[in-house]
Amino acid sequence: MNHRLSGNEAVAYAMKQINPDVMGAFPITPSTEIPEYFAGYVADGEVNTEYVTVESEHSSMSVCIAAQAAGARAVSATSSCGLALMYELLYVAASCRLPITLACVNRALSGPININADHSDSMGARDSGWIQIYAENNQEAYDNFLMAMPIGETPSVRLPVMTCMDGFITSHAVENIELLETDVVRKFIGEYHPEHYLLKKENPLAVGPYDVSPYYMEHKMLQAEAMKAAKARILEVAAEFEKISGRSYGLFEEYRMEDAELALVLIGSTAGTAKAAVDKLRDDGVKAGLIKVRVFRPFPGEELARALAGTKAIAVMDKSEGFSAAGGPLFAETRSALYDLNQRPYMVNIVYGLGGRDVKVEDIEKVFDRLADIAVTGETGPVYSHMGQRSKEETA
Amino acid sequence: MTTSIKKLPDTEQVLSGNGACGGCPATMALRIVGKALGSNAIMLLTPSCSVASMGMTPKLAYNWPCINITFATAGSSASGITHALEIMKEKGRLQGELPTVFSWVGDGGTYDIGFQALSAAAERNDNMIFFCYNNEAYSNTGVQRSGATPRGSFTTTTPTGKRQPKKNMALLMLEHNIPYVATATVAYPGDLYDKVVKAKNIPGMKYIEILAPCYLGWQFDMPETVQMSRMAVRNGAWLLWEAENGKIDFNNPSSQIISGKKKAEPVNEYVMKQGRFNRLLKGSDAEQRIAEIQGDIDHQIAFMRERAKITI
Repeated sequence: MNHRLSGNEAVAYAMKQINPDVMGAFPITPSTEIPEYFAGYVADGEVNTEYVTVESEHSSMSVCIAAQAAGARAVSATSSCGLALMYELLYVAASCRLPITLACVNRALSGPININADHSDSMGARDSGWIQIYAENNQEAYDNFLMAMPIGETPSVRLPVMTCMDGFITSHAVENIELLETDVVRKFIGEYHPEHYLLKKENPLAVGPYDVSPYYMEHKMLQAEAMKAAKARILEVAAEFEKISGRSYGLFEEYRMEDAELALVLIGSTAGTAKAAVDKLRDDGVKAGLIKVRVFRPFPGEELARALAGTKAIAVMDKSEGFSAAGGPLFAETRSALYDLNQRPYMVNIVYGLGGRDVKVEDIEKVFDRLADIAVTGETGPVYSHMGQRSKEETA
Repeated sequence: MTTSIKKLPDTEQVLSGNGACGGCPATMALRIVGKALGSNAIMLLTPSCSVASMGMTPKLAYNWPCINITFATAGSSASGITHALEIMKEKGRLQGELPTVFSWVGDGGTYDIGFQALSAAAERNDNMIFFCYNNEAYSNTGVQRSGATPRGSFTTTTPTGKRQPKKNMALLMLEHNIPYVATATVAYPGDLYDKVVKAKNIPGMKYIEILAPCYLGWQFDMPETVQMSRMAVRNGAWLLWEAENGKIDFNNPSSQIISGKKKAEPVNEYVMKQGRFNRLLKGSDAEQRIAEIQGDIDHQIAFMRERAKITI
């Protein structure tokens, strides 16, 4: 089916096709449309879902946790400060091994308040124990949401999944999109039959009691093992999804990387802009390539190292500022992943696009120009810098 | 007629081997609540004395499926369960009689950090019983002031005594237009039992608040929990009442105090028996401080007497 949908509507439509048991609903820009569309489906009788209109994101995630623990499938959507308000609950969801699905429409965190896209919200939650899958465009936002439950609910994983897309750029822009038939989706997702849940009569459950030191660390280790196991499951589900959709997904996308000497590593909608720049440079004979990281948790470190092994210079571009004083989170993890290579390429970090600042093809070309210089001279210059910063005089 | 303590069922949902203090009023109250609810129930907790005393993984003392999320979530997590049950029943994944969903939360988790989510659950009229066991302070963290701490009380964060009176939380819940609100305390177990049985059979949001005199926080002798609870009712510091569909009825002996048949006992003995008050009554302002405590109680009795007259 060919359609034209915004990213938000595409995710809401995926939710409708899944027909979850419970949705925690609370508005925040730019994810608000998802619960709005879904309210329409509930009102029209197109879904059979308890639609719980809570008073905060803290409560929407609490509702999801409790509902999922009771044996139901729960979903929610949020952005920015909403995700931040869920912070303590994200850890509870993951540690209780509850495969909730959350659509995160990426938006800058306050303050100062800003409603446009960057990844500071979901990057702040990167160590909460959730699987994180990022979309480049509306099609991927739809596809990723459909793959979330088969990944999260599988017994070897049992972890919550956050599917992310860039606020406004992806969530509000309308694009052509291919939708699957609902019966195909339902068959792909399957019924939810958890092994343990609160109401299991023959084996009632306590969720979240005090965990003493002799047990706590074992539980954390099991969580870490589950995150490792998720990597194989994500690829398995992608292969199954390809059979029904014809669309292929990996842990990351390699774009013109076969013989690439200069490479970018980035996440999300900027990949589209970067691909255009790569094409242009390739036409000029520059061996440029791009890696678009799709799965950030679990982090595909070994795979990235293999894919980047043959390059000479790399720019990792972070759409969030980690305030580590040493670069953004994607840079820190990518550079660490490449440490064991025999011949390490030069690497720099460019923080860009915060608070929705636009990135153009020319901006990406400049990054490649810099990489070309680095590859020849071996001089990286500042390893950690910010793209397109205006001078004090310009901003006055 | 109030059910006699001798007639309460023998069944126990609070098992032996829990980690509560001796004389713990919350555990006493939970035993009575368990007798009224039976085993077909799901318990929602928040980090509090009851989570600390329920036992530690993998051994637990509460005989229900239970879930503890975080401090502010008592209202919303109970909503999650109750909605999940309804849809699972509708979709044929649950058979039999649905369990009673109840939250078991201290005054901090009710009056303060949990108030927002509780208010929203009440406004949605979600089907649950929300119990507040009110020991008038954050006892689990070592006794700090809460919105339920009365004026004049020492806590570790009010070392010279709390300056403000407590909130009237049960009345605030009544103003949410929910079908049932009640207050109770451990000295009147039959009254508590009957209220829980009644609440169990009413659909929608029910709120029951139980005054829970905590020997550690209030600083009295451990065996005097029930005595302290009874004194609080006799002097009007705690009023026993219930409201079905908004109409307030007082229960004995509070009804006699409200109607004027019986005079509320003066607060002096109650205050002098508790270290949280009497440690601050050694200076020249002692009389004035007691008068303030008495004044808050008198005001509350007078206010509730008038409030109960509104029946529209």
